[in-house]
Amino acid sequence: MQDDPAKPDAAEVIRVQHLEKRFGEVHAVAGIDFSVYAGECFVLLGPNGAGKSTTIKMMTGLMKSDGGSIEIGGWSVAQSPVRVRSLIGYVPQMLSVDGNLTGYENLLVFAKLYGLRRSERTERIREILERFDLAEAADRLVRTYSGGMIRKLEIGQAVLHHPRVLFLDEPTVGLDPVARKGVWEHIERLRHEQNMTIVLTTHYMEEAESLCTRIAIMSRGRIAALGTAQALRAQMGQPDASMDDVFAHFAGRFEQEEGGMRSVFRSRRTARRLG
Amino acid sequence: MSSGAAAPLAASVDRQRGPWTFVRHALVIVEIEARKLRKDPTELLMRAIQPALWLLVFGQAFSRFRVLPDPSVSYRAFLTPGILAQSITFVSIFYGISIIWEMDMGLLQKIITTPIRLSAFVAGKMCAASLRSLSQAVIILLLALVVGIRLHVSLLSLLGVLFIVLLGGAFFSGLSMVIATLVRTRERMMGIGQLITMPLFFSSNALYPMSIMPGWLKVMATVNPMSYLVDGLRGLLILEPGAHYGLDVGVLGCAIALMWGLNVLLYPRILSA
Ligand SMILES: Nc1ncnc2c1ncn2[C@@H]1O[C@H](COP(=O)(O)OP(=O)(O)OP(=O)(O)O)[C@@H](O)[C@H]1O
Ligand SMILES: [Mg+2]
Repeated sequence: MQDDPAKPDAAEVIRVQHLEKRFGEVHAVAGIDFSVYAGECFVLLGPNGAGKSTTIKMMTGLMKSDGGSIEIGGWSVAQSPVRVRSLIGYVPQMLSVDGNLTGYENLLVFAKLYGLRRSERTERIREILERFDLAEAADRLVRTYSGGMIRKLEIGQAVLHHPRVLFLDEPTVGLDPVARKGVWEHIERLRHEQNMTIVLTTHYMEEAESLCTRIAIMSRGRIAALGTAQALRAQMGQPDASMDDVFAHFAGRFEQEEGGMRSVFRSRRTARRLG
Repeated sequence: MSSGAAAPLAASVDRQRGPWTFVRHALVIVEIEARKLRKDPTELLMRAIQPALWLLVFGQAFSRFRVLPDPSVSYRAFLTPGILAQSITFVSIFYGISIIWEMDMGLLQKIITTPIRLSAFVAGKMCAASLRSLSQAVIILLLALVVGIRLHVSLLSLLGVLFIVLLGGAFFSGLSMVIATLVRTRERMMGIGQLITMPLFFSSNALYPMSIMPGWLKVMATVNPMSYLVDGLRGLLILEPGAHYGLDVGVLGCAIALMWGLNVLLYPRILSA
């Protein structure tokens, strides 16, 4: 662990209690509880269909839960959705920038949606373009960007308004190793320089271990284990186990029966559009 | 409010309330569309070809049937507002395709997680779509004037025409958005669009006056929102006596409000999918 895990004195930023979601027969999220603390990087790790995206969508207010509660910054997502949305940034698993607009325009319209004043807007957009190495490509149509540039623009767009919490759903899927490293660095910087709280999902073990303070391993809609990488190894009784072993141990041999086509379709599509 | 995390909120929060915010947010959605249209207007030009053909070819051919009770009005002039209404309907009814596209991509989902209200988002989308109708109207009116169709043109009548075009565009695109939430795929949306456009057109007063319609068709024309669009446009463009502006605007306004409400109800369901 390269960082201090969840400082005990850090404020609780997210509180999830008994959260549930059903899609017909599928119990996509089956009653989960966890808290995330200020400045943490919290990762939801799990196989396809474990319920990671569903959990994130409910936390952003995009999807209604079937039970339980979520609080962000002390506000209930269900009761104060607009207020919560001004506290968060969200980068969905799918594409979320407009290919027919330039990078600058994509940032501009979101700055307006986030309610940034005209005076602060220009400055902030310039800052983001520079920070994410997009200044030179700012006036090009996003259609012509590489996968890595698109991901950076998406993240930049989601942090225009200095959110308290940034949600990233599989931020590095479909990226080449260099672009992936780039995205990691940006996430690290947001956390260390601005003390932003990060919640992300991933399939990559090394990403979870190197980037994040605590790991929640999800399986079939439940949290099978939660803690620092070290703590998970200890809990397993093998302090020198690899993350792959830890994952296999807690997630179990997971054969997905339902929604297989859907997940594969989604992740392939995500990979393709970034490819 | 249980956790100790009720720390200071982002500075912008207090600017995210009230009716002015609703308008501001809706206008951003319109702005996105306008920026894209400006970059690639080819689609709009292509869409103007069909109405142009109607006006030039069919208008000539149909005028031989002498369906108009008033011989002083040329059939082509009579037809122009009908074709205008037709092209508004056609551009708008396929708007759902681009909505489904943006939804499949994830664009709409990200917009919805900003502090915009869903009601402002839907209103913005409906207005954005009527921008397309507006551009069609400009093209068709110019074309009509170029080929010498005699229309009543004054500043007031033009403003009136553009207003009614906006209403028509907002209604039919709102309808298209409702259909999009129900069918959910672009292919089906395309099919449904094609299925309903022609019946809408032929069962309205776009091609022939209500007065010569058989009873059953009159009933259909009366419940067809397109007829109100045509009625208003025709009153303004050829000074047809007996146009019911109040009724036209009222019916379209209520229809728009209904579509808006339905969309606000329906969109959360599909945006979360
Ligand atoms: N809108 C939906 N309608 C029906 N079922 C859904 C829907 N969204 C998700 N599911 C199902 O819920 C379960 C959890 O899906 P979810 O997308 O949360 O998984 P995930 O952990 O994000 O997987 P992946 O790693 O593939 O992204 C899956 O079985 C999926 O098929
Ligand atoms: Mg997912």
